[in-house]
Amino acid sequence: MTDFVMPSLGADMEDGTLVEQIVAPGDPVHRGDIIAAVETQKGAIEIEVFEDGFLDKWLVPLGTKVPVGTPIAVIRASAEPGKPDMPQPAAPVPAPPPQEAPQPVDPVAPPATPEEPGPVPEPPPEMPPQMAQSGRQRVSPAARRRAAQTGFDLASLGTGKIISLDDIPDAKDSAQVEPLSAMRQAISAAMTRSKREIPHYYLSDTIDLTLAEDFIAAHNADQPPDARLALGVLYIRAVALAAQKYPDFNGHFEDGQFIPGKAVHLGMAINLRSGGLVAPALHDATTGDLETLMARLKDLVARVRQGRFRARELSDPTITLTSLGDRGVAGITGVIFPPQVAIVGIGTPSLQPAVIDDTVQPRRTTQITLAADHRVSDGHQGAKFLRAIIKHMQNPEQL
Amino acid sequence: MTNDQLRDLLIKHLERIAPDISFDDIDPAADLREEYDIDSMDFMTLITALGKDLSLPMPEADYDQMRSFDDLLGYLRRHAS
Repeated sequence: MTDFVMPSLGADMEDGTLVEQIVAPGDPVHRGDIIAAVETQKGAIEIEVFEDGFLDKWLVPLGTKVPVGTPIAVIRASAEPGKPDMPQPAAPVPAPPPQEAPQPVDPVAPPATPEEPGPVPEPPPEMPPQMAQSGRQRVSPAARRRAAQTGFDLASLGTGKIISLDDIPDAKDSAQVEPLSAMRQAISAAMTRSKREIPHYYLSDTIDLTLAEDFIAAHNADQPPDARLALGVLYIRAVALAAQKYPDFNGHFEDGQFIPGKAVHLGMAINLRSGGLVAPALHDATTGDLETLMARLKDLVARVRQGRFRARELSDPTITLTSLGDRGVAGITGVIFPPQVAIVGIGTPSLQPAVIDDTVQPRRTTQITLAADHRVSDGHQGAKFLRAIIKHMQNPEQL
Repeated sequence: MTNDQLRDLLIKHLERIAPDISFDDIDPAADLREEYDIDSMDFMTLITALGKDLSLPMPEADYDQMRSFDDLLGYLRRHAS
């Protein structure tokens, strides 16, 4: 019997709202299964279970905001329901107390719970069977995002229908001045902590992209659109390989010491159309071929743009890459996302004069910067790390 | 496909990628990526979807002919049977 708790998805997360119970009580679960979705400041996160067993019961009703660490479900190891210490058998469900019970006709509404995160909330009464099945609130990604931005309580809409964007009041409609959105608050908290605690140092250089762009163009020439590679995938692999070789830039600084990452989980800074950005991890970015990495990148970007990503993707990036793509400016110097210790920034490619063999030639280049944590490394190692990335970009066929 | 059908198809895919921007708000002769604020990854998604729907290869070498909404519509008109 294990408690499944509200996970922490980063230093800036204090609480989360359970918005989907994907697995019903009594159903089997396997390590890695997604069993719930949690609304956080960054959007909806799919939560994985870390063991095999059965979902015994949910402890927190839908729509309830609870602090990180609060048990939200009970997982038991065997199918055997009635352990002596577990009073409720799964089958005969006691009638819920009337004042908290959902209306039988309209199986809505997780009881509206006050916002202030008390200590561990009382386990709710068992849901009647039909609610356990139909009690999952169905919310479109756009509606979920707007609700998160405006602080609108999705639970107030119940579970009767699919909730679309039109059901969520626009922030502009409300008269009062809007405080910082939850997203901007989360960014502010993390970046303030970074600037306060991390002694950053910065290095920069130029990457000649001629070979990398030729490689991409040659690869893509005879490929259908969905098999084409983007230049960004070369950056990812180049940074990941360099981070593997120079572990002082890949890991977490916590409790006064640096813990190198066991693998390179590359955080990708992805901007959201609705404003703000997130930097979920592309796991094990050194493994697989470029085509596989590209497919994983596309999947990650698509899910993030729909406001949907997984808990591990948010909690365990070991280094971040922020790339401005083809519509940005010349360069970007990043702010390290704690507890990470480095961020690599890559600007927008442009045609620049370069001196090659004593002649000036137009070349496509971009700026690359490193911001790194001086508690862990210094400029000498930083320069080696940056040069390794640049060198990889000159040998794209080996990525 | 008629011109109107191609136009509707293009608008449908653009509005799926950029749900916050309406076609009425954009300049069809201006840079498509600027107008819809779409990045290279979104553009790839758009080309993939159009290529599938219309059975067109839409090679990368032709991307220069797809800069604005009008350019892209013209390209589709010339190549889609």
